[in-house]
Amino acid sequence: MTAEIIVVTSGKGGVGKTTTSASLATGLAIAGKKVAVIDFDVGLRNLDLIMGCERRVVYDFVNVVHGEATLKQALIKDKRYETLYVLAASQTRDKDALTQEGVEKVLDGLSEEGFDYVVCDSPAGIEKGAHLAMYFADHAVVVVNPEVSSVRDSDRILGLLASKTRRAERGDSAIKQHLLLTRYNPARVAVGEMLSVKDVEDILGINVVGVIPESENVLAASNSGVPVILDENSFAGQAYSDTVARILGEERALRFLDVQKKGFFQRVFGG
Amino acid sequence: MGILDFLKRRPEPTATVAKERLRIIVAQERSTRGAPDYLPLLRNELLEVIKKYVHVDLDAISINLERDSGHEVLELSVALPEGNNKPGAAAPATS
Repeated sequence: MTAEIIVVTSGKGGVGKTTTSASLATGLAIAGKKVAVIDFDVGLRNLDLIMGCERRVVYDFVNVVHGEATLKQALIKDKRYETLYVLAASQTRDKDALTQEGVEKVLDGLSEEGFDYVVCDSPAGIEKGAHLAMYFADHAVVVVNPEVSSVRDSDRILGLLASKTRRAERGDSAIKQHLLLTRYNPARVAVGEMLSVKDVEDILGINVVGVIPESENVLAASNSGVPVILDENSFAGQAYSDTVARILGEERALRFLDVQKKGFFQRVFGG
Repeated sequence: MGILDFLKRRPEPTATVAKERLRIIVAQERSTRGAPDYLPLLRNELLEVIKKYVHVDLDAISINLERDSGHEVLELSVALPEGNNKPGAAAPATS
């Protein structure tokens, strides 16, 4: 059995790739899947912090690629979910630490270990790390903010996914592309200050798989090292749950696209 | 701020401006996607050569690279201006 490989990518930095990778991997684990989430950002390890396992990193991705540790040694088991594992990025400054063969070996190893999904958290940019993160993918989650530079970069990434990946080179069926709109602010969209879901879909010619509203809870979640999908009271967490369900093939309507009117008690007591 | 400012037409929402700008740039970048990096340079040099004979602007030249199974076709089209524009003629093409 081979694991389904999902790359989380965007081109532009700071749009929510790592937040998305952490929540997506956790959501898949909640759905009962065996999941590994890999940080491809060599030199700038961060996924471990977002997943809350930074103090348990002993071996990393590059150690496995170089044969300095086994996959079993390097996989960090999540504290909350039995079937969820993290493979941290190396902090080396050597940009050539990852090779295509090395990455392939690790991904094959994960398939042999019976993983259902491997989530690859891509670094920003379109350099080697980003290329390797997407190369073997079966699915791509392209994270985009409703903002000009992010939208343009994501179009560039969609082009690369269609041409510079193993599936494209082999002429296999195309990578399944999912557009995820994050940091969405319905109030600003309503007054014409921010691109709407429809605007972004029109420009890129692809429908969104989810819309994550801008939320204070995302920062709170990363502060505490708990993927925001586990904050069931937050809109962002619920929107991520919906997104994971859609990626797994379930049909769910988009939520949180309209301006939230505060109720009387909320206005008086806050919240 | 003038007292009659409220009568002025409201400025276009910035999201609309963003959408229009993105629509154009994305279409332009898609049309050149996957093409070799030398294409823009080739286009400029060809323009220089063509300008020796007829007066055309950059927009009049389009270069397309089409990939078919196994071979690539470089298609160059130049829209010549109407009338008789001699090299160095002062009147620019109006078409």
